[in-house]
Amino acid sequence: MITPVKIFSVIITCSLFAISCKKSDKNSNAVYYQQQDQAGRPALNTVFISAANKDKFNVTPPSEQNAAFSSEISAKLTAFGFTTNILEITNAQFTSVLATDVLNVSTTGETAFYDPTTSPVTALTGRRLQDDVIDVELTLIFGGINGSSNPQLTSDHVNGNDKPFLSSFPYLAAPF
Amino acid sequence: MKHKKFLFPALTTVILVTAGILYASDHADAPAVTNTTSDITDLYVFAGQDANNLVLVGNTQGLLSPGSTAAAKFDENTLIEFNIDNTNDNIEDLVIQCKYDAATNTMNIYGPVAPSEKGTRSKLEGNVTASVAVTAYGSAPAIGTQNGIKVFAGPRDDPFFFDLDQFKKIIASTASGFNNPGTDHFAGTNVMSVVVELPKSMLNSSGKLNVWLETKKKI
Repeated sequence: MITPVKIFSVIITCSLFAISCKKSDKNSNAVYYQQQDQAGRPALNTVFISAANKDKFNVTPPSEQNAAFSSEISAKLTAFGFTTNILEITNAQFTSVLATDVLNVSTTGETAFYDPTTSPVTALTGRRLQDDVIDVELTLIFGGINGSSNPQLTSDHVNGNDKPFLSSFPYLAAPF
Repeated sequence: MKHKKFLFPALTTVILVTAGILYASDHADAPAVTNTTSDITDLYVFAGQDANNLVLVGNTQGLLSPGSTAAAKFDENTLIEFNIDNTNDNIEDLVIQCKYDAATNTMNIYGPVAPSEKGTRSKLEGNVTASVAVTAYGSAPAIGTQNGIKVFAGPRDDPFFFDLDQFKKIIASTASGFNNPGTDHFAGTNVMSVVVELPKSMLNSSGKLNVWLETKKKI
């Protein structure tokens, strides 16, 4: 049963809480939002982070991810049979790239996750809708120095989207 | 081919045991966000049709069937936030915040602006710089243009493509490789998308940015 006394005590408790908030936080009226999920490059958390750490990964700022997750990512690359890849980077170098999950973007040149048709090859300067990021990642993990090792694992043979993209804003295709 | 013998047991042990069921890209990547309005599917950043502009795409709520797309909604309590580092320390120098207002069915954009709070907690920063009515399923895309910023919000085809099912079979050692042609697991599915296009000059860039997408829940 809700009595006036209970209501009063609730009010007092709330006011105390509000006061204590005010003391510790000069902007007591602000509404805050707490992090739930984050993503930079495709599939990083999905492929490289263990089940026990997936939620933790999503709330670890990129600047702190290398310290927290690089040993786990390096071990996973080793387990995948990783050898120096087509970008000529070693396990340690690849780990240092992967362990900070941000998308590197060029504001001066071509933007692509990987585009071998340009000279020099464009790598990690953005992510276009049409970029076959899965084949790129499979090749970087399994393809070895020439990209030709484990050919049964370096392409899923799905090479594009099931709907054409638009050439102008908003670029993404209409929903099915 | 000499790798083949140890590769599959290694794959099976490592991924199957530690990762559980695998999804793809960032779709349903972690237990706390799967099947929530906070679940990010993909981030895309690329030069616009006008090469002076950069386009940022934040997709959430993946694997929506056509039948469930009309009912899909943005969440007033979930902030979708593009984080931009232009000094290469992987700490955000600018944020572009996308906040849905249910009463007006509008997506409001804040920024790009230097945030007063960095890291895992945010508040809305400054004033609305652009806004757009959320496009209804089946309608032509509504485009908001203000302050040099273009914005779209609403359902779109999921641009991600991957033969996820065959990948799962490889992981489970019931297949030795991909099929040719493969089958796109994401064919015919939709996402809830926010697209922001703005002049590169608004991002204080010396040529290189690090960008990541976050979802944050009201506390």
